[in-house]
Amino acid sequence: MNRRDAISRVALIMGGAVLGAEYFLSGCKSPNSQVSDLFDADHVAFLNEVADTILPTTAGSPGAKAANVGKFMAVMVQDCYKAFDQKTFLEGITKLDESSKKQYNGKFVDITAAQRTELLTALDKEQKEFTKEREKLVEADKLKHKGEPFYFANEAEIPNHYFKLMKELTLLGYFSSEIGATKALRYIAVPGHYDGNLPYKKGDKAWAT
Amino acid sequence: MANLNIDSVKDRTFDAIVIGSGMSGGWAAKELTDKGLKTLILERGRDVKHIKDYPTTNLNPWEFPHHGTLPNDVQEANPIANRCYAFHEDAAHFFVKDKEHPYVQAKPFDWIRGYQVGGKSLLWARQTQRWSDFDFEGPARDGFAVDWPIRYKDIAPWYSYVEKFAGISGNKDGIPELPDGEFLPAFPLNDVEDYFSKHVKSKYKNRHVISARCAHLSKPNQIHLDQGRTQCQNRTLCQRGCPFGGYFSANATTIPWALKSGHATLRPFSVVHSIIYDEKLGKATGVRVVDTNTKETIEYFAKIIFVNAAALNTNLILLNSTSNRFPNGLGNDSGVLGKYVAFHNYSARISGEYDGYKEYTTEGRNPAGGGYIPRFRNVYKQETDFLRGYACGFYAGRYQQHSEEGVGESLKENLVNGELSPWQVGSHMMGETIPKESNFVTLDKSLKDQWGIPQLKISVDYDDNDEKMKKDFVEQLTEMFTSAGFTNIKASTNHQAPGLDIHEMGGVRMGNDPKTSILNKWNQVHTCKNVFVTDGASMTSTSCQNPSLTYMALTARAADYAITESKKGNI
Repeated sequence: MNRRDAISRVALIMGGAVLGAEYFLSGCKSPNSQVSDLFDADHVAFLNEVADTILPTTAGSPGAKAANVGKFMAVMVQDCYKAFDQKTFLEGITKLDESSKKQYNGKFVDITAAQRTELLTALDKEQKEFTKEREKLVEADKLKHKGEPFYFANEAEIPNHYFKLMKELTLLGYFSSEIGATKALRYIAVPGHYDGNLPYKKGDKAWAT
Repeated sequence: MANLNIDSVKDRTFDAIVIGSGMSGGWAAKELTDKGLKTLILERGRDVKHIKDYPTTNLNPWEFPHHGTLPNDVQEANPIANRCYAFHEDAAHFFVKDKEHPYVQAKPFDWIRGYQVGGKSLLWARQTQRWSDFDFEGPARDGFAVDWPIRYKDIAPWYSYVEKFAGISGNKDGIPELPDGEFLPAFPLNDVEDYFSKHVKSKYKNRHVISARCAHLSKPNQIHLDQGRTQCQNRTLCQRGCPFGGYFSANATTIPWALKSGHATLRPFSVVHSIIYDEKLGKATGVRVVDTNTKETIEYFAKIIFVNAAALNTNLILLNSTSNRFPNGLGNDSGVLGKYVAFHNYSARISGEYDGYKEYTTEGRNPAGGGYIPRFRNVYKQETDFLRGYACGFYAGRYQQHSEEGVGESLKENLVNGELSPWQVGSHMMGETIPKESNFVTLDKSLKDQWGIPQLKISVDYDDNDEKMKKDFVEQLTEMFTSAGFTNIKASTNHQAPGLDIHEMGGVRMGNDPKTSILNKWNQVHTCKNVFVTDGASMTSTSCQNPSLTYMALTARAADYAITESKKGNI
């Protein structure tokens, strides 16, 4: 897909050509380098801050920003998301910043760490409620399609909450990153054995794979 | 292929031609070249050299652009391949893409294919069980299909023969319906798998939960080291191709073995159009190949032809091999060619939880996947309202259970140091289906692929027997799980299309009677004695054991016979 096609496609999914085009063409005008059709470097910086608020640096391991999870999110949304989730995600970037401005008088990247955590904690509660309601819609849709050879809830394109997507991608991206897998978790590429009877010690770190 | 002078008939003449380089074709090539036959191995796809052509094999999760997930456009462009459990970023390059190789679904059929040297042997689930006389006598006893022309004693030595070379891990369990083989040490059951095994043994006379037998080198022998393979390292990244040769694939074993003999010529990018039949000689003289790159048609000649194109493509080739003598496809006097196709029923699974053994867990990964429950229904006598039965996988494991609540340090702490869940247990069914005339493949009358070969039209479906079996699996496993003290038991059934089991079989079945079968007891076409079919197409019935080991054994056995007969001047 070339960039022009991408813009019209996104304009379509954003539900308004004018808003959509402006939003994305701004990426061309700004000195910011485009990292993909949908995302520029500012987006990635923003997503890194979101990710790092979700999974910060702790005594045990560096956080999500160190693992460049923001970049991973941009790549995943661009390449692996269906259009309806792309739309939710992109609108979410704007919404999140709007909430930040409303509550803390500043863009998300400019507010304090404590404010970020407070904002995302509230958003996490919101997405959980939203997702509960969504589950009901998914179940209803499943019933409607009962007996069909294949059913993927995704096909019904029931909208997700944008913060669910951001959090999901943060967790996936971080724990499958080199930092997340090897520093936060335990990772062994070549186990070389299988033990079916190992004493379990509570508190052992989780395995990455 | 620069080394082949296509202008010279002599250069295009071999002692034997093997169509296909996968699970069974690799074995045909190995056996024929071992005996010194100059053999041409034809592969429709590209070459995949062991290790060298496994681009993802050593990648860490973070080295994949999407950490394992396939881009949405790839998924959407490949709805069929995408339904396969192994179609991910690390192995998608070994799968046929839907658009490149179209076929006609008269009824929904997910045809999962691997067009490359090694075929699907790179991707298989590596479960290897022998069949027994409860399988080979099944059709005769239960009155379906036709009688198998062989019994266990005919194939048993060949099972041993291929097992020793391939390397099969397992225990000698002494179960008549699942004969023991030549085993390397088994991978162990974990605590809860072992608990369930003991429970089942004490409660049911004829039910067993054993370590799954699999084609992995748990402890290699000299013959495996001679192949350049070494011990399985428990990575369970098999679908990427294994740099250790830890599991059996044609790429790591039979194909390089054949090539090392100096008697084999491997020709990739060669899709077989048809087998050439000589009316005067009354036998096949060679094969017609289309070079997939140049689209040029080339003929190759040989005294012996092995068809190992994978079950349904073998059907396609024979159906497309028409002559005055065989207007309906090679060897098809009976009219059964393409019919009595069957598969395995994987459409139910069950899960549960066990509260015990909380002080234990596992470490490393088990390439065998856990336990295996051999068929226990209708084995010694008919006892249900459906025919035949099902085997089951069984596995137990503990997973991280952690709160994903909130954001920040506490979330991260929870995710990193979360506690293990209670043991989760699961089982899936692998049901035998009954070959029927109404389950068949034909050539589409008008649609062709990009090389001018007719597209295959597949008309295969489940029936009432499968539905009853599915219900029985859920009932029986629920009972077994309940009596073992498992809780939170949940069964799920699906309507997955046939084909996704990737165990399609039949269409060119073996039988005693040329009026009702295509192949004799040596996998030899009844009416065209120098053509042998030894892949899944040849199967008279499907058993419920995984089929690959049986293809290997039938192939080695048929190759031995072909060479003997050839020496006698009979073919």
